[in-house]
Amino acid sequence: MTSVPLPVLMPALPEILLAVGAMVLLMIGAFLGEKSTSTITGLAIALLVFVLGLLVVAPPYGTTFGGSFVLDSFARFIKILSVGGSAIAIAMSIGFARAEKFDRFELPILMVLATVGMGIIVSARDMIALYMGVELMSLALYVIAAFNRDNLRSTEAGLKYFVLGALSSGMLLYGASLIYGFTGHVGFAGIAASIKANGAGVGFVFGLVFVLAGLSFKISAVPFHMWTPDVYEGAPTPITAFFAAAPKVAAMGMFLRIVVDGFGPATAQWQQVVVFIAIASMTLGAFAGIGQKNIKRLMAYSSIANMGFALVGLAAGTAKGVEGVILFMTIYLAMTLGAFAVILSLRRKEGMVEDMSELAGLSRTHPAVAWSLAILLFSLIGIPPLAGFYGKFAVFGAAVEQKLWTLAILGIITSAIGAYYYLRLIKIMFFDQPVAAFEPMPMEQKVVLTGSVAFVLLFVVFGNPLIEASARAAKSLF
Amino acid sequence: METIILFAPLVGAIICGFGWRLIGEKAGQVITTAMIFLAAALSWQIFLTFDGETRSIPILDWIVSGTLHSEWAIRLDRMTAIMLVVVNTVSALVHLYSFGYMAHDENWHEGEHYKARFFAYLSFFTFAMLMLVTSDNLVQMFFGWEGVGVASYLLIGFYYRKPSANAAAIKAFVVNRVGDFGFALGIFALYFLTDSIKFDDVFAAAPALAETNLTFLWSEWNAANLIGVLLFIGAMGKSAQLILHTWLPDAMEGPTPVSALIHAATMVTAGVFLVCRMSPLYEYAPQATAFITVLGATTAFFAATVGLVQNDIKRVIAYSTCSQLGYMFVAAGVGVYSVAMFHLFTHAFFKAMLFLGAGSVIHATHHEQDMRNYGGLRKKIPLTFWAMMIGTLAITGVGIPLTHYGFAGFLSKDAVIESAWVGSSYAFWLLVVAACMTSFYSWRLMFMTFYGTSHAHGHDDHGHGHDAHGHDDHHHEPHESPMVMLIPLGVLALGAIFSGMLWYKVFFGEEAAVRNWFGMEAAAHGEAHGETAAADHGTEAAATETHDDSAATEAAPAEGTAVASEEHAAEGEAAADAHGPAGVAPKGALLMLPFTPEEQAVVDTRLDAEKAAKAEHAPTTMINAAHVVPAWVKVSPFIAMLIGFGLAWLFYIKDPSLPRRLATQQRPLYLFLLNKWYFDELYDVVFVRPAKWLGNFLWKKGDGNVIDGSLNGVAMGIIPFFTRLAGRAQSGYLFHYAFAMVMGIVILVTWMTLFGGAK
Repeated sequence: MTSVPLPVLMPALPEILLAVGAMVLLMIGAFLGEKSTSTITGLAIALLVFVLGLLVVAPPYGTTFGGSFVLDSFARFIKILSVGGSAIAIAMSIGFARAEKFDRFELPILMVLATVGMGIIVSARDMIALYMGVELMSLALYVIAAFNRDNLRSTEAGLKYFVLGALSSGMLLYGASLIYGFTGHVGFAGIAASIKANGAGVGFVFGLVFVLAGLSFKISAVPFHMWTPDVYEGAPTPITAFFAAAPKVAAMGMFLRIVVDGFGPATAQWQQVVVFIAIASMTLGAFAGIGQKNIKRLMAYSSIANMGFALVGLAAGTAKGVEGVILFMTIYLAMTLGAFAVILSLRRKEGMVEDMSELAGLSRTHPAVAWSLAILLFSLIGIPPLAGFYGKFAVFGAAVEQKLWTLAILGIITSAIGAYYYLRLIKIMFFDQPVAAFEPMPMEQKVVLTGSVAFVLLFVVFGNPLIEASARAAKSLF
Repeated sequence: METIILFAPLVGAIICGFGWRLIGEKAGQVITTAMIFLAAALSWQIFLTFDGETRSIPILDWIVSGTLHSEWAIRLDRMTAIMLVVVNTVSALVHLYSFGYMAHDENWHEGEHYKARFFAYLSFFTFAMLMLVTSDNLVQMFFGWEGVGVASYLLIGFYYRKPSANAAAIKAFVVNRVGDFGFALGIFALYFLTDSIKFDDVFAAAPALAETNLTFLWSEWNAANLIGVLLFIGAMGKSAQLILHTWLPDAMEGPTPVSALIHAATMVTAGVFLVCRMSPLYEYAPQATAFITVLGATTAFFAATVGLVQNDIKRVIAYSTCSQLGYMFVAAGVGVYSVAMFHLFTHAFFKAMLFLGAGSVIHATHHEQDMRNYGGLRKKIPLTFWAMMIGTLAITGVGIPLTHYGFAGFLSKDAVIESAWVGSSYAFWLLVVAACMTSFYSWRLMFMTFYGTSHAHGHDDHGHGHDAHGHDDHHHEPHESPMVMLIPLGVLALGAIFSGMLWYKVFFGEEAAVRNWFGMEAAAHGEAHGETAAADHGTEAAATETHDDSAATEAAPAEGTAVASEEHAAEGEAAADAHGPAGVAPKGALLMLPFTPEEQAVVDTRLDAEKAAKAEHAPTTMINAAHVVPAWVKVSPFIAMLIGFGLAWLFYIKDPSLPRRLATQQRPLYLFLLNKWYFDELYDVVFVRPAKWLGNFLWKKGDGNVIDGSLNGVAMGIIPFFTRLAGRAQSGYLFHYAFAMVMGIVILVTWMTLFGGAK
């Protein structure tokens, strides 16, 4: 009997730490009960920050598990974003949970578990690991979408998300099995080598479409986006913030890795799929957003449109394009978290409000908040010199470089159409008659909002290291 | 010193324009005026001590872009010196005069501040004009050119509450744009061909340009002629020559000192200055100069005819200006640039004086401008009367025939007409007729204003509807103007009397003196153009070749030019080398070449053979030839003047009913003249209305319906439609969502199978 050597575990250290930490937290929670919620939340944040520090300071680069798991600078970059995003999202839920009498210790633990899944998907280099990571992340997300189980909308959202997620998982699996069947590999390197050798046959292309459809569900790209508005609206707001931030970034990272690493030689094929869903996402995000009254639904369409913009960069299929996507997602993360910090502070004595009209006259009741949100919205529109402009510039620029004129022009047009709903929000805040003031903003939201606004404002001056880092990350994929 | 002259007005304008709230209006006025007087004094010093040697005084590097290198520099030569004196002197006097003229102005309400603004504009204008005349390259000149345009616009529209003033300001600006477009094209063409915008480089390349062809507007043109015409189009706009003249009479909406400074003495002469400045180019552009001659003469004639019947005192003088500018262009067109400058110089004095005198009359009669309401003012405002009398004597050209004694206009105008005779008989006859009419309308003005019975009933009866009147104490009686207004008149009167006699020699005297004064080299003409000249040509041809080589390397001209100059060199002696060596800018402020043999043949037939034979210098140049024209030619303007005077006397003193009867009898002609040959109406039909129609069309149909309409349609129709559609798709039903995903898969798979390149 040959002894199987123990795989090198170091590259997976962040995920292992998170997973073990989550178990420990679960034990603490199980034994201490509900009153331990704030302790566990704090510990979860500490755990994430620790892992974040590890990734930033001493990333244990390497490949392990027979080549199916890798920590390279691309994975590191995306993991930093998603771990950081998760930490902030958990922090942002503290005040909300307290005020809504909604403190269950499982929430931070599930978020940490979802983060483990995110870590795995951006590092996965074969279909099995990928699927495992996707399911790990998704199962946690299904649960927290329905977390407010006494609320009809929340449970409905969770259920929809679960059913449709199962459908998308089926597509992903089906696609993976087709690819395995036609190429004989599950590892990305093997798949790429096979395509290179044999060309992209019909069977493979079928598999490709199904896999990409399954992944598109995770980044809520049209037409696999339908869950997004309902879940964003139905889920408790801190959870929506979490949904909008970290998992999106991780799923986009996974998307990038699989198409570049695994399907690289079939770029001409997947490019067409990406172009299609990019155009569909941008267009739907822009048009459907206009009709929204609920600010969380609005953010859902905003994220759909933004995923479309990010895919424009990917459609270029070049290192430059991937670099643009990474940069875009970084900036998107910062802006989204800032915007949710504001949404999370829309609280009156009688409870949270989500209707856009409630923001009326915010500039007079809370001028600092109104100005901050306005800056974030302008950045989302893509007005220079705010950070959002550079994100869009990077992705559209990459597309233009590859002569994808139609895509870039459509991107700019839908950007202009989408500007309408951001501007309407600004109009409501600055020009409408004020309604009653909100409760003062909790500390953690203030910190997040300030950080986000500072990022957006100062990117133009200090953004260069970030651009260089994303260039390095992109290079490690190619 | 030159720098002080240039920037003193700017400093004054800035201090007065922006700082008057701090220092007060009065102080602003005093500072601007003091600055201009300083500049004027220094200008006279330069003018009187200048040695004729061209020099360049760099101020700063302005534009450095590729091969375009433009310094901000002062080119100081005789032309600049003359213009400095003209501009600063008139400007200083007008500043002083404005103290009185602008003291009360009923266009402004009590307590409104307008004086500081007025003085700042005047000073700014002066700065821009100085910029124009001192520039050493075309772009800097264009800067000044546009600067005076802006100042002119601001000052014509100074009474911005009057719709007519605003309309006039816009008209002036727009008409000038047409000219400026030509000017700019000329500059572009020069830069295109010579790779430089510096005057020296351009002048050096001029002989080569004469042999270069340029494609413009789908056809081949001779470069020198084309550029000459394009630049002249700019000059036509600024100097109100025919076709582009319509703005000048309307510009009289501005305050009268402005009319004197900008629309008589200085800015409108910028076109003449441009042509003279570019004389080294025009000397090689015979067709362009022929065009200038014809157009100048026609303008002189046209404007004089219109001036005959105008009733507004300022309009009469405005048309007179237009006409006199025509004279200057004729002089420049036939090639005696010094004479053009001479007339410019003297005209500045007497025309400024006429305007300031008219202003004094207007001031005295409480802003009445219609001459029919004047009459008998001689006794009431005697000093103004005498000033106007001197101005009239100067403009009509009173002097002793066949001598060099007379008022300023006598010497300079006769010089123009004598030169015209040599150059173009068409121009000569039109100018003589125009001289007769000049005399008529000038005397008409005098007689209607100062003689006869008083029609001035005081302000209230005029029915002009001025609701607020500044000075009630002089309600009914015309009054003499204050001293600050009379002193400038006196100074200008000196100029109007003596400037012609004093500087006759250097502008239109012996050729050697003229050349010396302008710093030019002696003309390359032989004693008798014939064998001697041929010998000259031989030596020069040799020089030409070497110069051409240096031109090709040093000036690095555009390809066309280089080719042309090579051809030029290859042609060697065969080429018309009498026109001076190529590759080096001619010395001095002007270039006046001798006649070519073909020209000489024509010229000889026009001269008084007897005199020509006896003359010290052979008539091989325009100046020498103009001195030996037949006596009847020399006397003709004087006779024309007498006829004009006599007719005016007959019409307005002897039998004042005559004009009315004649007008009734010749009604169509009268109306034709009164309506200025219907130019405004013609332009209205040809340009203004179609432009308005087009504008309206583009605005209402194009912008309103198409652009706004489609945008509104998209924004309010199509987008909401899609938004509703998207909203309806988001039904909330799980099976709809799943269906959408499956449809997505189906579409993608279908697409990829059919077109996806799968094998």
